[in-house]
Amino acid sequence: MDSGEQHLSSYATLALVLVALLVLTGITVAVSYVDLGRFNVPLTLAIASTKVSLVLLYFMHLRYEGRAIRVSFIGTICFLAIMIGFTFWDVAFR
Amino acid sequence: MFRTIRHRDGSAMTGGCDQIGGRIGMWLFLYTEIILFGGLFVLYAAYFHEYPRAFAEYGKELDRVIGAVNTVLLLVSSFTVAASLTALRQGMRRLCLGLLAVSFCCGTIFLVNKYFEWGHKFAMGLYPSSPALAGAPPGKNIFFGLYYVITGLHGLHVLIGMTLLAISFVLVQRRRATADRYAILENSGLYWHLVDLIWIFVFPLFYLIL
Repeated sequence: MDSGEQHLSSYATLALVLVALLVLTGITVAVSYVDLGRFNVPLTLAIASTKVSLVLLYFMHLRYEGRAIRVSFIGTICFLAIMIGFTFWDVAFR
Repeated sequence: MFRTIRHRDGSAMTGGCDQIGGRIGMWLFLYTEIILFGGLFVLYAAYFHEYPRAFAEYGKELDRVIGAVNTVLLLVSSFTVAASLTALRQGMRRLCLGLLAVSFCCGTIFLVNKYFEWGHKFAMGLYPSSPALAGAPPGKNIFFGLYYVITGLHGLHVLIGMTLLAISFVLVQRRRATADRYAILENSGLYWHLVDLIWIFVFPLFYLIL
């Protein structure tokens, strides 16, 4: 957006996002009682990532931001992935 | 403070606050916070790989119910903060103040829960460099060490976020933050959402691992 005017989120959208977040929290707690072997951790992280994406996109308005914030955010996440990925790689295959 | 910037095509930008610039600045700060907690999560990942059984065993000692309640509190407070910005921008000042007060209360209850949680662990002799942990197997010591560092740093962020919300509340009440000038509320909100984001990862990593 060039105007600098921030997108105005409606209460309905925000409430819908909240409901989705609460449902996902319920699912992640329920799943934690079931032993899925090696799939527990990836599934838990997938749900957490979905929740984080919802908060970022709607509560933090990332969806409606301009290019500067979007690109720098993706850059930060790439850096984080490299930091976590390469460190963990070293530890796991030492 | 109230300059008028005139563009070449004659359109004017009044108010003198660079909204995009303000947001970019806040996001740059949030990136440093993401990397800060990212570093701690690397530590968690590396030790989880080394002591998976210990992490699963001691994770069960944390109270899932309190953890879940705190998650819901932070999610609801994130919603009320986001809604308070909408309310302020639509000129509904009282609703905005009410929503901010609810968010602040959620943060307070979160910290009270944390107090009881930590207090219970302390009573069991599980606190950093306690005799019970010093003599325990390394996995236990590391799990609770990470637990205290990460939830402690997160708790500090909750406290800072609540301070920012309180400042926003006062500024809205004194009509210093209005439907046209809402940067303080917007940026405090961004900080509060970040606190929520971090908790979304902390909760399953510590409380829900099998």
